[in-house]
Amino acid sequence: MIKKYWSGIAASLVVFCLFLVSISVFLRVYQTGPFEIYLFNWFSVGDFSVSWGLLFDTLSALMFMMVTGVGFLIHIYSIGYMHDDPNRGRFFWYLNLFIFFMLTLVLSNNFLSMFVGWEGVGLCSYLLIGFWSSNKDYLIAAKKAFVMNRIGDLGFILGLLVMILTFGSVQFGIVFSQAGLLPIGHISVVLIAILLFVGATGKSAQLPLFTWLPDAMAGPTPVSALIHAATMVTAGIYMIARSHAIYALAPDVLTVVLWVGVATAVVGAIIALRQSDIKKVLAYSTVSQLGFMVAALGAGGTHAALFHMVTHAFFKALLFLAAGSVIHGMGGEQNMYKMGGLRKLQPITFAVFLVGALALSGCPPFSGFFSKDAILLAIYQVSPWAFGVLIGVSVLTAIYVARLVFLVFFGPLRSDVHVHESPLIMTIPLVFLAVLAATAGIYHPEFEWVMVIITVSALAMIWWVTYSRYAVQVKDDRSDGFMSLDVVYSAVIVRPILVIARGLSTVMDQIVLDTAAKELGQTVVQSGESLRRMQSGSIGFYLWMITASVAVILIGLSIWPF
Amino acid sequence: MIPTYSYLVLGCILFSIGTLGVLIRRNVVIVLMCIELMLNAVNLILVSVCEPVFVFFIMMVAAVEVSVGLALIARVYRKFGTTDISTFGQLKG
Amino acid sequence: MSDIFFWVFSVMAVVSALSVVLNRNPIYSVLSLIVCFFSIAGHYVLMGALFLCAVHIVVYAGAIMVLFLFVIMLMNLKDVPEFVSKWWHFGAAGAAVAAMVFGLATHLFQSYNPRVIGDMQLKPIAQALFTTYAVPFELSAILFLSAVIGVVALGKSE
Repeated sequence: MIKKYWSGIAASLVVFCLFLVSISVFLRVYQTGPFEIYLFNWFSVGDFSVSWGLLFDTLSALMFMMVTGVGFLIHIYSIGYMHDDPNRGRFFWYLNLFIFFMLTLVLSNNFLSMFVGWEGVGLCSYLLIGFWSSNKDYLIAAKKAFVMNRIGDLGFILGLLVMILTFGSVQFGIVFSQAGLLPIGHISVVLIAILLFVGATGKSAQLPLFTWLPDAMAGPTPVSALIHAATMVTAGIYMIARSHAIYALAPDVLTVVLWVGVATAVVGAIIALRQSDIKKVLAYSTVSQLGFMVAALGAGGTHAALFHMVTHAFFKALLFLAAGSVIHGMGGEQNMYKMGGLRKLQPITFAVFLVGALALSGCPPFSGFFSKDAILLAIYQVSPWAFGVLIGVSVLTAIYVARLVFLVFFGPLRSDVHVHESPLIMTIPLVFLAVLAATAGIYHPEFEWVMVIITVSALAMIWWVTYSRYAVQVKDDRSDGFMSLDVVYSAVIVRPILVIARGLSTVMDQIVLDTAAKELGQTVVQSGESLRRMQSGSIGFYLWMITASVAVILIGLSIWPF
Repeated sequence: MIPTYSYLVLGCILFSIGTLGVLIRRNVVIVLMCIELMLNAVNLILVSVCEPVFVFFIMMVAAVEVSVGLALIARVYRKFGTTDISTFGQLKG
Repeated sequence: MSDIFFWVFSVMAVVSALSVVLNRNPIYSVLSLIVCFFSIAGHYVLMGALFLCAVHIVVYAGAIMVLFLFVIMLMNLKDVPEFVSKWWHFGAAGAAVAAMVFGLATHLFQSYNPRVIGDMQLKPIAQALFTTYAVPFELSAILFLSAVIGVVALGKSE
């Protein structure tokens, strides 16, 4: 018994200890303000040196607590979820590695070691998406996630270079204080802001780089919950929030950020409406919600974005884990059209899923209401147009969430699987997360009663309409490949690159390089043939060559003295 | 009075005579002797610039070289019956 | 006085060297080489290098030339063609030698700095050999040993 679970228990204990540390750190930051711990000097090149250190302020302490808290619950859940997987040791190994890199990312006091964490979580994401490596599609999904992230990472690297050129340092304190001395709209600051945002679009799945995230659902469900919903994808949000001192100096970039976020929110929500795979719905929903956060950052609502990031971490992790529980109970089935009526068969899962769904659709008094309210408020002050669009996206969110709930938990069961409730080790973390998702909003209880009334009535109407469409009689409106941007990318980017590459391979490789290589080889062979005749074994000729060579060297030296 | 460059000129003459002998003679024994002549030309110049230690070492190495070289020549002579330099071409592996 | 000896020894050395190269009979070549070495020894005396002169005569005239004579007399070298066969071989050899000597001369005449009188007596040489040049000296001893072994191995009949 214990032998079967020891890897999971050990991994969970580690994360639990970290969670305790994070609480004490948070309390200390709350009481005495931010502090830094110097660890060691990483490297020095000329005047440029990077030291490794930990920075604890409100932002990083919050992330610390969120990562370890949600991470701990997901670890516990994974013990149950992965109990019959032969490679669970490796699974927990990766999961713990991910926590390590995520904390490196979050707690670094400079951009370069943050980048180490940034790359590390990307690596863990890759490893965990392709965890079930016997399935080739999963490996392709893993590769896709990695490559898409690399595109963003290139932006991050270039941003770092510009930063080093401009400020001569990557330490947060030095960079931000020096950036404050520059005028608004200074070219290098704008460049840094844009390039860092490119990095964030990769990691936080924004347009146009979001297509890896739905495919990343190939990984085990706890991975989707931890990495692709709660923590890693919020790294971009964290990074922009961390460098708000830079973004404050680049208002044009902030506008770009705002509209990229809005567009992502719209696209994600629309695609989520027509998915048949339960995890894909949640994945596109994550894309959409990340769009909300990025839009909030673009509107200058850093606190609103971070608040939504935390509540989203709770309820989206909850939804993913609950979906994992459903998939577990259905014996691996992910197609929602084959589910139905699960509320009686999996009552606990249904209850917690409902909490998560209501939080996601922004129903008061659940946490999502408060955070989304804060975001909309922040955006309204900057751009009423974006506000209007995001109201529409909120409606779409409510619709796809309702569709999800009704398809999975209402109506008749549309397959002949024997569904069972998940074991306690999976449901207990779910209950914890449900409590968090329901109550996290009370830390920021600012709302207006008008909003409550509007939201509740709108949600009631939406749920009533969708109930008749998806619970009473199922309307099969799936269109999985329809909105896929992959088609567009393949036509606009991949195909032309392939054509160019083929052309180059013909011209450069086959004609130029091959000919050059052949000619070179031939020349060497021929000159070898002619030189071979010199080595005839005739001592007299050798002696003559020695003398002549000495003469040539001596005369050459007197002409070109070295 | 002996002119300044006299020993250098003499050494160069002896050296070129030795080299010429190495190049135009076909008897390996004579070739070896011409090499000795070249070494002595160098020795003469070295003595004239007061480098006795080098001269000493060159003499040592020359003695070694001659003894080993003559042993090799004797060996080749036993095998081919001649010391013509062109027969040494047949030694190539 | 020493001028006269210089010219006498120089002419002797050049003539006997030419004789070494041009004589058809190997025995005469060896004998000419001995004459050449003795005239070089005379130059050493003129330069005041008495110890080197003694070593030179002992090593070259006493040991090396005896070895040559011995080998030549052991072998029947009558049917060896003495000179390279084709005329252009001579031309090529002459051209190469001329070029090399020209190259040598361009370098040597710039830096040549004769210092005839000096510590070329036995004591300074011995001191240098056993202090500054102790390692090369020991190495040359090893070289001699390996030469002895090599010659014995080569001289053994199969």
